[in-house]
Formats: sequence, C-alpha cells, structure tokens
Amino acid sequence: MNGGATFFDEMHEPSGTVRDAYRGYEGWLSEQDAAFLRRKNRDAETLFRRIGITFNVYGAQEAEERLIPFDTVPRIVTASEWRRLSRGIEQRVRALNAFLHDLYHRQEIVRAGRVPEHLFRDNSAWLPNMVGFTPPGDIYTHVVGIDLVRTGPDEFVVLEDNARTPSGVSYMLENRETMMAMFPELFMRVAVESVANYPRRLARSLAACAPPVAKDKPRLAVLTPGIYNSAFFEHAFLAEQMGAELVEGSDLRVEGGRVAMRTTRGFEPVDVLYRRIDDDFLDPLTFNPASVLGVPGMMDVYRAGGITIANAPGAGIADDKAIYSFMPEIVEFYTGEKPLLPNVETWRCADPESCRYVLANLKDLVVKEVHGSGGYGMLIGPAASKAELEAFRKKLEANPASYIAQPTLSLSTCPVFTDKGLAPRHVDLRPFVLVSPEAVEITPGGLTRVAMTRGSLVVNSSQGGGTKDTWVLKD
Amino acid sequence: MLGRTANALFWMFRYLERVDNTARMLDAGLRMALTRDLVTSEEEWRSVIAAAGQRRDYERRHATYTGVQAWNFMLRDRDNPGSVLANFGRVRDNARQSRNVVTSEIWQAVNDSWMQIRDLFAKPVGEQRVGDVLGVIRQAGMLVHGAIIGTMPRDEAFHFARAGTFIERADNVARLLDIKYYLLLPSLNYVGSSLDTGQWDSVLRAVSGDRAYRWLNTARIDARGIVQFLVFDTRFPRSLAYCHTALREHLDAIARVHGHEGASHALMREAAQSLEETGLEGVFERGLHEFLIGFLATNARVGLAIADDYRFLA
Repeated sequence: MNGGATFFDEMHEPSGTVRDAYRGYEGWLSEQDAAFLRRKNRDAETLFRRIGITFNVYGAQEAEERLIPFDTVPRIVTASEWRRLSRGIEQRVRALNAFLHDLYHRQEIVRAGRVPEHLFRDNSAWLPNMVGFTPPGDIYTHVVGIDLVRTGPDEFVVLEDNARTPSGVSYMLENRETMMAMFPELFMRVAVESVANYPRRLARSLAACAPPVAKDKPRLAVLTPGIYNSAFFEHAFLAEQMGAELVEGSDLRVEGGRVAMRTTRGFEPVDVLYRRIDDDFLDPLTFNPASVLGVPGMMDVYRAGGITIANAPGAGIADDKAIYSFMPEIVEFYTGEKPLLPNVETWRCADPESCRYVLANLKDLVVKEVHGSGGYGMLIGPAASKAELEAFRKKLEANPASYIAQPTLSLSTCPVFTDKGLAPRHVDLRPFVLVSPEAVEITPGGLTRVAMTRGSLVVNSSQGGGTKDTWVLKD
Repeated sequence: MLGRTANALFWMFRYLERVDNTARMLDAGLRMALTRDLVTSEEEWRSVIAAAGQRRDYERRHATYTGVQAWNFMLRDRDNPGSVLANFGRVRDNARQSRNVVTSEIWQAVNDSWMQIRDLFAKPVGEQRVGDVLGVIRQAGMLVHGAIIGTMPRDEAFHFARAGTFIERADNVARLLDIKYYLLLPSLNYVGSSLDTGQWDSVLRAVSGDRAYRWLNTARIDARGIVQFLVFDTRFPRSLAYCHTALREHLDAIARVHGHEGASHALMREAAQSLEETGLEGVFERGLHEFLIGFLATNARVGLAIADDYRFLA
C-alpha cells in the first residue's frame, strides 16, 4: 500500500510549483474570482441537465436519470506527453487486433506457447462461431477505449482494455462543449487540440470497414437497447452527430441476405452496424435464445459478408482481465517490439502460487473478477473491513480462476473544485481509438474520470465518480 | 428514416398538441368560473373534464366538481393517465426516441420545458398559481413549435411531426365542439337569442379563437357563426378545415419525397371533399353531433392509415 506515499499530481509538483502543462491554465485561474468559479461549477450541472447528458441507473426508480458529476478543472496533458502516449496506444491496439485475428484463426500465439489455450477456450467471451471468419477489412476492434492511470511524470500504465463496446465518448465531446461555453476566454488563452471531429472520424472509419456488398455511400446505423439503457444518451448523440439511423433490435430483420431496417419506405439494408449491445443480444439463433433484443439470422448474414458489425462479435475476449495479464507477451508477439505502455503487475489467481500470494496479502491488493466490469465485484484491500476481507477470501478460495489481483495503484491526482477551494482527487484517463484498414486514429483528448471523494480510488461513474474535460495542449 | 422514428415524431407532436389543448381548456374554464356563480362554475368544470375525455377517471377519484380538484386532476394527478404531466412525459420520451432526428434546439426546448413543468407540479397547484402554471405550459408548446419551424430541415421527419400536430388538433377541436354543443343545447333552442353567449365565448377562448372570431366576423356570436368559424374558416389555424388542409399538405409533401401516395392520401382527399360538400347547411341538417362523430372517425382512420403507409409499427 502507499501508506503515506505521495501521489503524482497533474497540476503541482511536490514543491507546489505549477507543472508546465498547467501554466497557461493557472495564469487564467489566478485572475478569477472564487465566487465566479463556484457559480460556474454550479452552472455546469444545469447545462448538463438541459442538454440531457444523463445516465440511467438500473433499479433506481425516483432518480432514474442521473448526472455524472462534472468538475471544471481540466485534466491537461502536454503535446509531447500525448505523442508518447499515442505511440504506446497505437502499438497496443494494433497488437489487440492481430491477437483477435489470430485467436479466431491459426492461434499461433498458443502454438508458440506464449498464452495457454484454456485462457480463451473456457471463456464465454470467446465465440467459437467466429473461428475461421475474417471480418470486413480484418478489423475486430473498430472503437477501443484504453484505460490508463498515471503514476509518475513519465509513467502511464494501462489498467484495462475496452474492446467490447467502450462508452463515454459523448462525455469527452460534451465536457469540452460545456467548458467552451462557460470559459470562452480561457480557450483564447490556451491552445487546446480540438476533439470535435470525433463523430465525423468515427463515421469515416466505420464506412472504411463496410462490407464489399455496400454501395458507394455505406449506410450506417447505431444499434441501441433503447431509451432505458444507461448509455442511451450517448447512442442517440453519436447517431445524430454521424447522421446515422438509431435502430433497436425490433427495427431490424434479415431480408434477402441482408440485415435490413424498417424505414418509412420499407426494409432497407444496413451496411455497417455500430452496435452498442453485447454479443449475447445480437442474434438469438446464435447466442442467447431468450434475448428479445437481437436479430434472428444476423450472424449468418455477417458470416456471408452482408454486413459489418462493429466491434466484431467476439472482440470482447480482449477485455478479459486474465487476457490482460498476458498483454506484454501479446504486444511483443505481434509487433516484435517491447510494449511502450506497461501493464499493472497482475497476479492470476488461477495459478496456485500466485493465489497463495494473493491470499496472504489480500489487505494490500485490489482483486478483480476476470469477467467483471465497471468496478463491480471488486475488492479494494486497503479500504475493506475485516469482515469484507474474510467474505472475499471465501469467494476467492472457492473459485480462484475467476480472479486476478493487482497492487493498489498510486493513481495520479488532479485538483477539483470543492467548497473550500481546490483539492486533489484521483483520476484515470480513457482515450478513444478508431481502427480501420486505413488508419489507427486517436482523438487528442479522452475521458478523464475522477473519484469525487477524498482518498477514493474508484473513478467509475456507477460508483459516484465524476468526469473532467481532458486537454491535449498544442505545441 | 425509420418507421419507428417517424412514429415517435408523429406522437411527440400529438401529445404536445394534447397538452396545449388541455391548458387552453383549463384557461377557458378558469375564466368561466371567475365570472359565474358557483352552480354554473361546477357545470363548467364538469364540461371541461368531459371535453378532455377524463370524466370516468375523474369521478372515480372525486365526488364533486371544483376548480382546484379539476385542474389538479387534469394537470398532475398520478391516477390520471391523460394528465399534462403524463402527456408531457410522453412528449419527452418520444423526443428521446427520435433524438437523432430532432434538432438540438427542439430537444432542449422539450427538455427545458419538461424540467420546468415537473418542478411546477411538485406541489398541488392552488388558485394563486394556476394562471402562471397554465402560462408556462402554453409557452412550452410555443417554444417547441418555434424550434421545429425555425430549425428543422423540411424532410419527411418534419412533415410527420407537423402531421401529428394537425391530426391531433382537429381531433381535439372537434371533441370540444361536440361536448360543448350538448351543454349548449338549451340555448340552441333559441337560435338567434342571446341566452348564453358566455358559453360560446368560452368555447372560442378554449381554442384561442375569441379575438380571431371578432376580427374575422362582424356578426354577433351565435351557434351558426361559431360552427362556420370553427369548422369551415380556413383563415383560423385551429379550425377543422384549416387542420385538414395543413395535414393534407404535409402528407402531400411526404408523398413527393417518396414518389408515391398511400391509402392515407386517398382518405384525406375523400375527407376534404366531404367537408366541402357538406357545408354549413349540411352540418345543421345532419345535426352537428352526427357530423362531428363522422369527422372524428375519418380523422382517426387517417391517423391509422398514415401509421400503416409508413410502417410506424410493423
């Protein structure tokens, strides 16, 4: 544990000096009146409510639409830091794609003995019916979110890969819009890379992955579970920004060997489906027979080259935390290079020796479910009570292969506005990456999540985390 | 565009129109109640509730008719599926459904209004507040209409939205006229007398037509003049003839985009022809009630035909 350890602060050096990244911002900030800043922080919330940037919470009846707290102090990255980060992200994303291709084809990496076969064989995210099939353009992960944490001046560490259906990009865009609306003069003083063309890039990147059967201008649709889904705002937002249709499963059916959507003129084929639902709900004939969300027969159309599904079914295996622990090997295997971005040290509890270590050091570790997401089912040893530790120990002993453990990370801090002025809170960073046969594009910015309670390391919005605008400075 | 999205837009504007009409009726009822004795005002609230088609639900909840009960029921009662609160919630849900088609100005107009209305309805609405509350609701309607007229591209989505407005408006005005007609039967026995022009005034007020009527008609207020005005006068934007002309124009615009017509277009043509042929004399020969029932049925059939022609649901 980092008992008494100091965390890297994004804005200030330990001496209190303002770091390079924040010099322009600090210059502006020092001229602002405290009451003005407090008022603006409150205004932000009103703006978000009005625009309707809310997320729905399952099972919460009264407050069914909640706001993710927004903090007006930006998270700032310098141009040179970003260049270094981008190289590492691109390397990792290329490796992920190559790995997924390999997993569903010759499995060279298994033959080479670099990852064990059981890792994916027993994994429900690995889809046997993707074996031998190559998606259009050989792209599996059209949109990726790489979760990073910063632990020092030059140390960014990858915490998680999100290759299934990463969300949060609408916050990257709307946080910036909100900041520009509230502090126009700030953006005249500090040159910040724009993130605004993300939706255009997304549309272009997806179109570049259209199946051969598509016409000149591929028809694009966003598949959402519907208005009650927690991320519906984002689905609608992206569809609107891309000029794409926003479809639900009930709008789609298979017709004439294509997946077609019910338009006012009848059923018309979709070329690229940017789906924001899990694999399980894509096609009840192939996956979950109980699903009412899916489109019967869609997988057959997909395999016959009649549609592009983004991200590719089966890509979610890359999010698995046991797979994650092999990422250094995976990057090296497919790129022939050392990974530019390190992993967090990870103990796989499936391995008896590691498991013994984890059990012996439970109170110092973070233990995660291999298939879990969003901070659920996770133990933060240093923050857990004795009873919680013992309860978790039993779960772990009963089913060690379902867990991995990591040391508690020294997530960097970034100031937030509080009633008593600026105060440091822990942050992470999720940049968004677009992959097409033409390019790997990383939008200069991303989603910075921030733990709003002092000392907390949990940044997930489902657990009370907030967000910040993320700036990449221009050179 | 998607059939489901067209359906959402169509209904978003139907519900918006319904909300707007409810507010107008309450406004007129309120004015009546303020200028009448208690007995008449009880009658008036009964007729307002009846015109909104909420009599059964209301009487399940209340044994008497008072203003405060009536407007709280119509505005915010959770047991009333047709309350302004419930219907505005539907406006917003449908706007969310079609969020990728409506402009952000429209969405924000809806969302802002929704938040405002929800806050206003957090507590029962008393006599001091009711006027302001009705003002806010009517302003919400104008805001959303202003946003669609000012910002939305004139493609099929726009025309489906506008079609929703006019089909619902025609329905609401016809219902209002039908209900009020029964209430006014006694006075109609004295055609030409000025037994109760206050009731007719109230009808006009409920469609925001009192001023327009006086400007467009020099004649005094009587049953014939008002039926002529509310049914046939194409200069008045809430008359049945105006609504159907507008509806037809929007359906024609959709047909131009699609390159062909559907069953809804044939029905619309029939409806227009029948309205023209009937004429004012015909209405009174046939009986206003019978005429209105026929009109409402045709209007409803057009709505179903639109849903069918453009694959709203299947």
